[in-house]
Amino acid sequence: MTTTTLAVLVPLLPFLGALTGLLLGRTAPGFVRPLAVLPTLASLVLAAVVAARQGGDAAVDAATELTPTGSVPIELALHIDGFAALTAVLVGAVATCVQIYSTGYLRDDPRYPSYAALVSLFTSAMLLVVYSGDLMVLLVGWEIMGICSYFLVGHYWETPEARAASLKAFLVTKLGDVPFLIGLFALATDAGSFRITRILGAVANGGIEHPTLIALLLLAGVAGKSAQFPLHTWLPDAMAGPTPVSALIHAATMVAAGVYFIARLLPLFEASQAAMVVLAVMAAVTMTGSALAALAQDDIKRVLAYSTIGQLGYMTGALAVADRGAAVFHLLSHGAFKALLFLAAGVIIHAAGTNSLAAMSRMSNLRGRVPDAYWTMTVALLALAAIPPFSGFFSKEAVLGVAEHVVTGHTAHAPAAAGWIVLLAGLLTALLTAAYAMRLWLLAFHGHGTEAPDHGRQPLTMTVVLWVLAVPSLALGGFAFRALPGWFDGHDLTPTLTTSVLGTGVALVGGIVTYGAWRHTTAHAARIPLGAVAAHPEGDAGQVEAEAIASHEPAYGDIAYAPDPSDPGRLLLGPLHRHAAAGFHLDAVYSALFVRPVRAGASLVRFLDREVVETYVRGAGTLPRWLGAAVRRAQTGNLQTYVSALLAGTVVLAVAAVLVATGA
Amino acid sequence: MHLAYPAVLSALLFCTGLYGVLARRNAILVLMSVELMLNAVNLNLVAFDVWLSRTAEETLHSGQALTLFTIAIAAAEIGIGLAIVLAVYRNRGTSDIDKLRDTVEGHEPDGDASDSDASATRATAEKAEATA
Repeated sequence: MTTTTLAVLVPLLPFLGALTGLLLGRTAPGFVRPLAVLPTLASLVLAAVVAARQGGDAAVDAATELTPTGSVPIELALHIDGFAALTAVLVGAVATCVQIYSTGYLRDDPRYPSYAALVSLFTSAMLLVVYSGDLMVLLVGWEIMGICSYFLVGHYWETPEARAASLKAFLVTKLGDVPFLIGLFALATDAGSFRITRILGAVANGGIEHPTLIALLLLAGVAGKSAQFPLHTWLPDAMAGPTPVSALIHAATMVAAGVYFIARLLPLFEASQAAMVVLAVMAAVTMTGSALAALAQDDIKRVLAYSTIGQLGYMTGALAVADRGAAVFHLLSHGAFKALLFLAAGVIIHAAGTNSLAAMSRMSNLRGRVPDAYWTMTVALLALAAIPPFSGFFSKEAVLGVAEHVVTGHTAHAPAAAGWIVLLAGLLTALLTAAYAMRLWLLAFHGHGTEAPDHGRQPLTMTVVLWVLAVPSLALGGFAFRALPGWFDGHDLTPTLTTSVLGTGVALVGGIVTYGAWRHTTAHAARIPLGAVAAHPEGDAGQVEAEAIASHEPAYGDIAYAPDPSDPGRLLLGPLHRHAAAGFHLDAVYSALFVRPVRAGASLVRFLDREVVETYVRGAGTLPRWLGAAVRRAQTGNLQTYVSALLAGTVVLAVAAVLVATGA
Repeated sequence: MHLAYPAVLSALLFCTGLYGVLARRNAILVLMSVELMLNAVNLNLVAFDVWLSRTAEETLHSGQALTLFTIAIAAAEIGIGLAIVLAVYRNRGTSDIDKLRDTVEGHEPDGDASDSDASATRATAEKAEATA
């Protein structure tokens, strides 16, 4: 088969799997698991074959036009360069891991068939986004991901948190998608095509008239999808979904789509200095803010969610200094270790029976209960904190190195201001990242107190996947940084000495300071009892997690916060802790700015409808009603009255007829 | 015989019937009054058929034919009518049409508080008969 055929099959197989899964889920439950895992696995293999054949050489391009549109043509096009080929492999790998993990995680879930089908559809949509060479086709995948995330985040729709979170995820991303769509139209009008290759050609020839406007419009959609400030608020709340879904959304699909989209159209963004600076500021605010918020979260998954936002900030930062190689490098390594972090967190939540770090810090021997999760999560957290030689170190240093290049003026692509912003924010975030990674590790695995509940051995499907993902988290960066430039633009991704020393230094400082704070505060932990544990040794992990999420707010008063004085994050952040736990009150700002005006408008409309319009309608009905009441009186129920009236009428008519006939 | 005699007789009969229909309370007597009115009309039909004999021959004595038709209809009508009256009497214990005011405005079907249970069964029987 040709490379093109294989590439078409890559998104098509999970799509067909999703379709048959939805159709057969109820009638043939035995086929659900194979139908979930095998198409995804097959598309991973095919994506790997496509990547091997493409090999970082000239991009594979293929297009067919189904029907003329009358104006700008829409084509089914493939555009597979090194970025697309490698990203597709990552998507396939993470999706396969998630599907295998889900068979254990949602073992007894009655809605597993539809869940697995939606995950397949999600994967297929992301693969479509990755391979598509036409922006309209890309948008189709983009929107399918939006609706799939709505369904999957709301998987436990019995809990109000999940319902609210799924609606929020959908609405916030759509808020970004509207400007995104307008931006796409504007771009296509300027370039005369939706094809990425032609658009890039038009950019190179200076054929785009309003690059700043278009770039900013597109940026809004990217901010919504990739959870960048100020549209990131949906991502922490999306933790109300099952853990495998979080892993899928955070590691490979959905949030990666935004970064990947900018990486594809980077020359367009480079054409506008203003857009690059905006991108850099957005990345810097996102990075530092989310890292601070992550340090204050109590829910283990919300810590990871904020860390995802921060790592995406690194990627957009790399794009802001015009190096998509570094951005996609970080995307790949982050995809591996973040999927691992989430899947391990799922195992921990199942074992501990709670998602609260405060409660975990009051359990001893949790690491003895889940040794697989302990070791793999340690690897992943080291990668997250960018400690050499784990993969996160190389990709993060690539980002910081590029920023340093821009600052020192070695490249003309990006403004120096953007370089400074990204570099400083990146270093600060490296410090904070190490701090919250350390805090998570210490609180989750080094608690003191009662013995952790025994939930038996974790299913093999769940633990094996962790070790599979631990391999790239450990080794991807070190082996790949020399090979990747050949696949990407050719920029060198080797860590530079200055930023490596600086980055690792601040990370070590962050880790050590957190350790010190933890040593200082952990003595209090035993004195203040805290924690609610959902113990279902017989239930599957999904049930335990749903219960843990639902009980967090009643138990601790807030979904993100626990009144735990022994938390090292509280000591480190000081008075900032309360605000950081609430995500710097951005939700409150949104509710004041958007939710309340809309509600007020709705109540005004309701008042107008109920009180004003309704009054006129009632007034119009009043006269006929009175007449009707008068006529109804005549109905006495006595037949003889009716016949008498009939007779009287007949007589009157007869007399009148006679009078008329005689001419009187 | 002059036309005036049967015409006057039939007018008297009709008025008697009309009075009966409007004033009598017993449903059976009302039905009988209806019969009187029908027969008054029959008498008129026959009398005028004979009076206009020439035309009647051309039209095949349609007056007399119509009379026979009316008698047949009246027989059927009185049969059904008496059956209904009988059924109502069995259900309600009365055939006084002043008391049979179920169609009055604001009337709740069998809302009598005294014997709601018995009247409910009666109402269902009544409905069954009405549909039959």
